[in-house]
Amino acid sequence: MGALANVTKTAADTLAPIITVNEPSSGKVLPDMRAIGRSREVLYFLTWRDVKVRYKQTAIGAAWAILQPLISMLIFTVIFSHWAALPSQGVPYPIFTYCALVPWTFFSTALTQSSGSLLLNERLVTRVYFPRLIIPLAAVCGTLVDMGLSSIVLVVMMVFYGIAPTIGLIFVPFFVLVASAAAIGLGTLLAALNVRFRDVRYIVPFLVQLWVFVTPVAYSSSLVPEKWRSFYALNPMVGVVEGFRWAFLGVPMSGVDLAISTLSATAMLFVGLVVFRRMEDTFADEI
Amino acid sequence: MSAPAITVEDLGKRYQLGEREQYMALRDLLASAPSRLLGRMKRSEDEPGDVRGHTWALRDINFEVEPGEVLGIIGSNGAGKSTLLKILSQITHPTEGRAVMRGRVGSLLEVGSGFHPELTGAENIRLNGAILGMSRSEVQARFDDIVAFSGLERFLDTPVKRYSTGMYMRLAFAVAAHLEPEILIIDEVLAVGDVEFQEKCIGRMSELSAGHGRTVLFVSHNLEAVKQLCPRSIWLEGGRVRDDGPTDDIVHRYLQQNVAMTNAGAWTDVRNANRMGTGEVQFEGVCFCGSDNAEGAPRSGGRLTVDLVVNAHRPVRISSLAVKVSIPRGPLLIEADPLINSDLPLELDVGQHRMQVEIESLDLTPGSYTIGVSMGRGGSGRAWSVFDAVDDVVRLEVDGGFHSQTRRGDRPVVPSRSTLNHLSVPVRRAQ
Repeated sequence: MGALANVTKTAADTLAPIITVNEPSSGKVLPDMRAIGRSREVLYFLTWRDVKVRYKQTAIGAAWAILQPLISMLIFTVIFSHWAALPSQGVPYPIFTYCALVPWTFFSTALTQSSGSLLLNERLVTRVYFPRLIIPLAAVCGTLVDMGLSSIVLVVMMVFYGIAPTIGLIFVPFFVLVASAAAIGLGTLLAALNVRFRDVRYIVPFLVQLWVFVTPVAYSSSLVPEKWRSFYALNPMVGVVEGFRWAFLGVPMSGVDLAISTLSATAMLFVGLVVFRRMEDTFADEI
Repeated sequence: MSAPAITVEDLGKRYQLGEREQYMALRDLLASAPSRLLGRMKRSEDEPGDVRGHTWALRDINFEVEPGEVLGIIGSNGAGKSTLLKILSQITHPTEGRAVMRGRVGSLLEVGSGFHPELTGAENIRLNGAILGMSRSEVQARFDDIVAFSGLERFLDTPVKRYSTGMYMRLAFAVAAHLEPEILIIDEVLAVGDVEFQEKCIGRMSELSAGHGRTVLFVSHNLEAVKQLCPRSIWLEGGRVRDDGPTDDIVHRYLQQNVAMTNAGAWTDVRNANRMGTGEVQFEGVCFCGSDNAEGAPRSGGRLTVDLVVNAHRPVRISSLAVKVSIPRGPLLIEADPLINSDLPLELDVGQHRMQVEIESLDLTPGSYTIGVSMGRGGSGRAWSVFDAVDDVVRLEVDGGFHSQTRRGDRPVVPSRSTLNHLSVPVRRAQ
């Protein structure tokens, strides 16, 4: 340990403020958030690259971000409102489902993109160093931009249906935060697992496909039997979707659901970051 | 006296052999208990069952680099050079020991990291700058310099997928060359690009170290570049430091070790040899023999036949094909170039070709020599460009000869009379 003391002492003598020590394991439980803060420019540029590249050489460009939830809305309206006659809590069904599709599309896309992000950026992982967490984070941030675009359509629809926004709108950033926490948590977890277990890329599409059924996107959460509600709300997107409908459309929501969903999203974020931290040291060797 | 910029202590890196840990199937995961899974995630090396198949890519590495020092790292393929740089750049972590870097580290293990083909040149400059660790204002401040260095002003708004390989490399290196961290780590980036651009890059690197006091670690197979840039070098072999000292000495010993004796009539594979050149066409194999008998060593004053296999990656015109015989690490004695004085350049289609250069009279005293080969294009008003040059690849033993009129030592190089036989049409052709 004499060497260690020596290093610390001599390091203090240099003017260079940044000292990097590369050792077998840093022993930290969570990723180094300050390092991520220092690398925010990389986060910004990777996000910018993702957004810019996603719709390059497509005929209609960023309109895809709007078209996806819009087409889902049309299909849901025909099937679930016209044929299955599902109730929509007193709001016109198209806007009822679109209001849920905005955060849902964000969540499902963010999850898909972030879980594949490390493999997609393999060259960066093996050739350059910056905090690895930046890569799945950038994928989620890029999807936020898409959500911004699809929200514009929501506003247009509100004008069309003559629905006045509620004061609850100020909570929308919070709901977005909950959805982001869940997407980042699960996305980083799957991204890290994906480096070692390529099974993940088959699981994710299936997972997303099933997940939409346990989220009140096409239907109202009021249809869920009371005794199942708390369990149901463990899905963070339940609270987020209910919150969106409450804030934009004035549909009543359950505070308990939101609390459970928020806790669940926080837990996902925590687990995702811990697993990511544990596995990130070997990414470059294993990818 | 300030602290060293880099301190490496007892550094070791162990890799798992085989594919067991990679691409693990889900059923393995399901078969093992969750606790086992967590243990595996933590550190796979710690599991007793995994000890069998591993290899140490690096072991017991110790060295220090002073601020402002330029250190070369040489060694054959698989010696651990890239692993060392990856640890110093924090891309991977050591299994034991530690590396301490005092100052901002910028590493360049690949030119154009993060370049995206769909983005334009200007966009990629900003993106790559950020990825390499420059702040937005730094990139902005140096943007014009970067563009000027690359010489691609007209193509800034073109997506880089429409760039030629050369343009791509120019742009990528231009960004990297304007990275100004306290510690710069560079791996083998000069292997690409033409000679002129390589010179420019080397110039820029010595400017960074000399003018700006940056600490530079430079890995290259191009020993000339290492000699030119780095006063001190480390020679890695089998994951350990074999030697550490002044570059001239280290390179000398390294070459001595690596040019093994070659038998007449035996092919030497030079595909992985240290080389210079643009690489449109490259030497793949070299074989020599005395013409008297195929296996016998060439004799002093006798004929020397050098057989060459070259591979053209695109159709090329060669106006120089030289066989050079020198004293090991000493002066060049014979240069036989059957093409250079003829007005008929050799047109090579894509594919492998076999050629033979015959030196009519090997005017050398008996002893050991080395053979180098090079191909190029140019002459008559055009700039020379070297496609491929491999020095000191083959060790030649010359036996006692027919007559005594031989050359040795420090006399000027005289072109030897030689003839070229283009023995075969391309073996394979591109589509």
